[in-house]
Amino acid sequence: MIEVKHLYKSFEGVPVLKDINTVFEKGKTNLIIGQSGSGKTVLMKCCIGLYEPENGEILYNGRKFNNASEKKRKNIREEMGVLFQGGALFDSLTVEENIMFPLNMFTKMTLKEKKERVNYVLENVNLSGTNEKFPAELSGGMMKRVAIARAISLMPKYLFADEPNSGLDPKTAERIDQLLHSLTKKFNMTTVINTHDMNSVIQIGENISFINKGNLWWEGTNKEIFHTNNPELNDFVFSTELTRRLKE
Amino acid sequence: MKYLREIGEYVLLMIQTLKKPEKWFIFRRQLVVNFKQIGTESIGIVAIISFFLGGIVAIQLAYNIDSPFIPKSIIGFSTRTMLVLEVSPTLLSMILTGKVGSRIASEIGTMRITEQIDALRVMGVNPASYLILPKIVASVLYFPVLVIFSIFLGLMGGYAAGAITGLVPPADYIIGVREWFAPFNLVYSMIKTVVFAFIIASVASYKGYSVKGGSVEVGQASTDGVVTANILIIIFDLILTQMLLT
Ligand SMILES: Nc1ncnc2c1ncn2[C@@H]1O[C@H](COP(=O)(O)OP(=O)(O)OP(=O)(O)O)[C@@H](O)[C@H]1O
Ligand SMILES: [Mg+2]
Repeated sequence: MIEVKHLYKSFEGVPVLKDINTVFEKGKTNLIIGQSGSGKTVLMKCCIGLYEPENGEILYNGRKFNNASEKKRKNIREEMGVLFQGGALFDSLTVEENIMFPLNMFTKMTLKEKKERVNYVLENVNLSGTNEKFPAELSGGMMKRVAIARAISLMPKYLFADEPNSGLDPKTAERIDQLLHSLTKKFNMTTVINTHDMNSVIQIGENISFINKGNLWWEGTNKEIFHTNNPELNDFVFSTELTRRLKE
Repeated sequence: MKYLREIGEYVLLMIQTLKKPEKWFIFRRQLVVNFKQIGTESIGIVAIISFFLGGIVAIQLAYNIDSPFIPKSIIGFSTRTMLVLEVSPTLLSMILTGKVGSRIASEIGTMRITEQIDALRVMGVNPASYLILPKIVASVLYFPVLVIFSIFLGLMGGYAAGAITGLVPPADYIIGVREWFAPFNLVYSMIKTVVFAFIIASVASYKGYSVKGGSVEVGQASTDGVVTANILIIIFDLILTQMLLT
């Protein structure tokens, strides 16, 4: 469980997140939705410690993360897997070396154990046998899956994904969503996903946080989202012909 | 104002960089890769350029010192002195800035815009030390080797050019090259080389590391890195020469 309390973050005096309070629940796919530029990425980067919030707290199972000592942060980082928007695979390393990277940094596993772990996570993302390939030799969807494999290689308790299915065809996008969902259940992770894809919202939106104008505007599940009267949320969710028809 | 901020950022980055690596075996692996990219892969261009520069220097000297009262061996001596003092350490470093510096800046810049540097931080790695330190160490250790190699090939170039054109008899040239050797010149040359190597690797890394934006900015950073490093090389050449040779 991750708690976000009174989070405030601005850039050069312009507030992006004004007062965010929310809880990301364990064993669920928690979605952060909102318009482009609403601050989804900023919120996620505050959670994983790439940005320092000016105010507020982020608690991982009750443990403070921001304002904590470097050692405590490192302990929490060890339990964290992050999938960046573009995958952020190291292009000078092979798939196997990429997935081994966090294992090298955080564990004292033997080479054999590490190889076993690599094969295990690759199996979980349906990419067995691609160990020796370089990122440039993979398709966009495959890169995303390797990045997921790397993110889960430490068997994290917390998994973050920034727009995991953007730039993919609808079918591959859905596969990635389902993969994240099933991994969340399998490893009982607290998964946080940034998205503006309505398919994801409908498919895997177990706990949705809608960010608007720097505030948490609405919270609920993918069942509730169809029955709200919140005008801004309706405006965002039912912005396309398809979703409007779906509502009717 | 902008420069002051850049200098401040650069110093802070260097403080981050010059920290003990988290895992030595990863540092060693990175170092080997960088030895190859920065050093070994530069041997070709160093060889070609140095050989020709040596030849050019020898011919120019022969052309200017064309008097029956001055022994031809002076040309060998002067070629060696120029190679050791200036041509190999400074000119070669400036040429290598174009190759090594632009490569470093664009590699790190690309890693920045594709969030690879963020990924490193999330994985508990100090990206500055992980990425930049091996590049600086590899440059500082390998550049002196390249410069000595360059001096050597430059001398051969001078020999060949003198012999082929008939301007400098080979025997006189050899005598000149061996004459009045001042070991301190070589020390001075190596000190300069090490300083220049540090400038190239660290400035290019800084420019790449602070990229914001996209591929256009990466290209810009790479150009900036080369230009800034070259200017700093010339400035430090003057400072070091003043300090060490007067
Ligand atoms: N490093 C930064 N410096 C200055 N401003 C920033 C920085 N990062 C984000 N911002 C600003 O914060 C706001 C929110 O950006 P953010 O990237 O979080 O949007 P987003 O919701 O993730 O959008 P998208 O869906 O397009 O990814 C934007 O107005 C952006 O300009
Ligand atoms: Mg974003």
